[in-house]
Amino acid sequence: MSLRMIDKGSMAAFVSNLLQAYEVVGPRAKDSQYAFGRITDYDQLRLDYNTTILPPKKYLLPQEEVLFTFQTEGMSAAPVFDTRPRVIFGVHTCDIHALHLLDAVFATGQRDEHYLERRAATLIVGIECLTPCDEHSFCKSMGTLSASEGFDLHLTDLGDRYAVEVGTPAGEALLARYAANHGAGESEVGLLDKMLSEKWPRFSYRLDFDGNELPALMAVSYKNPIWKELEGRCLACGSCNLVCPTCYCFDVQDRVSMDRKTGERIRVWDSCQLAEFARVGSGENFRKTRAERQRHRFFRKGKYIPDMHGELGCVGCGRCARACLVDITPVGVWNALHKAHTA
Amino acid sequence: MSPIPTVGSVYVPSPARVAKVKALTVMEKLFTIELPWGQSLGHQPGQFVEVSLFGIGEAPISISSSPSRSNGVFELCVRKVGDVTGALHGLEEGATIGVRGPMGTGFPVEKFRGKDILFAPGGLGLAPARSLINQVLDERGSFGRVMILYGARNPAELLFKDELEAWRQRSDVEFLVTVDRSDESWTGNVGVITTLFKHVVVNPRNTVAVTIGPPVMYRFVLMELLGKGIPERQIWMSLERRMKCGVGKCGHCQINNLYCCQQGPAFNYAQIKGVEEAI
Ligand SMILES: Cc1cc2nc3c(=O)[nH]c(=O)nc-3n(C[C@H](O)[C@H](O)[C@H](O)COP(=O)(O)OP(=O)(O)OC[C@H]3O[C@@H](n4cnc5c(N)ncnc54)[C@H](O)[C@@H]3O)c2cc1C
Ligand code: SF4
Ligand code: SF4
Ligand code: FES
Repeated sequence: MSLRMIDKGSMAAFVSNLLQAYEVVGPRAKDSQYAFGRITDYDQLRLDYNTTILPPKKYLLPQEEVLFTFQTEGMSAAPVFDTRPRVIFGVHTCDIHALHLLDAVFATGQRDEHYLERRAATLIVGIECLTPCDEHSFCKSMGTLSASEGFDLHLTDLGDRYAVEVGTPAGEALLARYAANHGAGESEVGLLDKMLSEKWPRFSYRLDFDGNELPALMAVSYKNPIWKELEGRCLACGSCNLVCPTCYCFDVQDRVSMDRKTGERIRVWDSCQLAEFARVGSGENFRKTRAERQRHRFFRKGKYIPDMHGELGCVGCGRCARACLVDITPVGVWNALHKAHTA
Repeated sequence: MSPIPTVGSVYVPSPARVAKVKALTVMEKLFTIELPWGQSLGHQPGQFVEVSLFGIGEAPISISSSPSRSNGVFELCVRKVGDVTGALHGLEEGATIGVRGPMGTGFPVEKFRGKDILFAPGGLGLAPARSLINQVLDERGSFGRVMILYGARNPAELLFKDELEAWRQRSDVEFLVTVDRSDESWTGNVGVITTLFKHVVVNPRNTVAVTIGPPVMYRFVLMELLGKGIPERQIWMSLERRMKCGVGKCGHCQINNLYCCQQGPAFNYAQIKGVEEAI
């Protein structure tokens, strides 16, 4: 859609205007790192952040979420939907791609209104990465170093102002209503183009092949010995799943009041790396070994999800690589598979 | 899609009444469930429902009754193995449970018409198989031969004993049963289910086989069925997986790329042959 400009001097007013109508969340400093959190003042918003421990997914698929409340007497239940208007401010392009995938997952087949209603009430303001966040990201290989959809507004830092790409009519309305902005002049368009083309070489391709070849590579890698090798290393802690912006598997649990008369059914994030994930009542466990569970994780990212939704199941954010205590990384695994295949 | 309204959330069950409880064995009970306002569940054999007890949880349970006998109620045969199934066993007639469904893909009964059908359920596998068996028997004229080979671990674990007896007595059903281990009361076949296959001769091209049981049983039964020349896409199974949502989201039921709660639980062998995690 269109391109607009916001002077940095107008940003504080933009955010405080938003706060009148929306819950605003965005990257904030947390110890020596950054984390998405509630923004109550523009100064808390750190648009210069590198990466966050958890992705912004937590505002659409919370770590713990009430699906419905119930009364045990008569089995009556009332679904709970979170439709509070919210703006997620400062989303990097890898995470924009991840949210785009989650939108497809929860809208495909039987619609999950808990996710979708929350999503419908949420606006995404993206921010362009101009330098790599750290040595773990590999967005360029995964095609997520830029995003052409999946946001309502998308900012690029031009020094004393932000270029704002308008992605949706809702984004356009947000801008018109809450931000002092102006149209982009020729020199501003030129400056934006320069920033975007100059950023490209700062990022490196970290996979030895194009990310789009992953489904084909996975198709020939099921029996690769690497899965056995990961068996000996993986601690089955599940951290890789918990920090991943595209992981969405969950467990469902009941929580009851002391008198057991009322309660709620909740869903909580789950991890396919945990031993219990695929165990059934008869005692059979369909992915008993860590090797099978690691293989499942990488096949979901590289093949099952792309086959089903037409988008890669990994956006190259590097969070799982940062979180893993034994240094199991998608780049390491996929390059090894590629090497084994081309050797 | 589902006749049970989901009030905007696919996770909210509808209340249903336990109309009848009957103990089948020490471990299994048969529950007759009644939906409000005489609604019919509208299921296909092979589909399941998610049964809820608020405060305890939810469990996927196959529908054991035939659609041809629905008249406002359906049956669930539940083995007591843990929290939800244990609490279900503690319920009395008149109790209220929550139900979501019917869910999943069942057996394509229409494609089976005109064919000979060989049923080979093992253990609790008879519960889902019974839904199809009774439909076939109620519409007996539109199917060819009906063969039922049933195996249980011991005589005390045989399910639906009255129905087994009725099947044995019908001249239009070829019925064989075996137990892995016999006791004093037992005068019939002893041995695992595969020992029954030598007693039946089939026309493989015109035969549909439906086998439901634990994974180890599948490996051996499949060898028998393929050995008789029954085509892969005419061999049907029902796969059990852990399920937390039943709507293709939670990821627990995944068999490689397949979602057991969506594409299954009924699969034919051609669908899962190359799928490593299937059996
Ligand atoms: C499609 C399908 C049809 C089924 N049909 C029948 C049936 O007709 N009759 C019957 O008795 N059983 C059936 N089962 C099995 C039944 O769902 C499980 O025994 C039940 O979920 C266990 O729940 P629980 O709360 O009693 O056990 P829990 O206390 O939760 O746990 C006991 C054991 O069950 C396993 N388990 C927990 N949750 C699940 C789950 N959601 N799915 C599978 N295993 C689980 C655990 O790993 C644990 O080892 C079916 C399962 C599936 C997937
Ligand atoms: S698999 Fe790792 S790198 Fe890929 S999206 Fe998930 S956390 Fe990011
Ligand atoms: S974070 Fe590392 S050790 Fe933990 S489950 Fe994932 S791969 Fe295994
Ligand atoms: S049971 Fe949740 S995806 Fe199938």
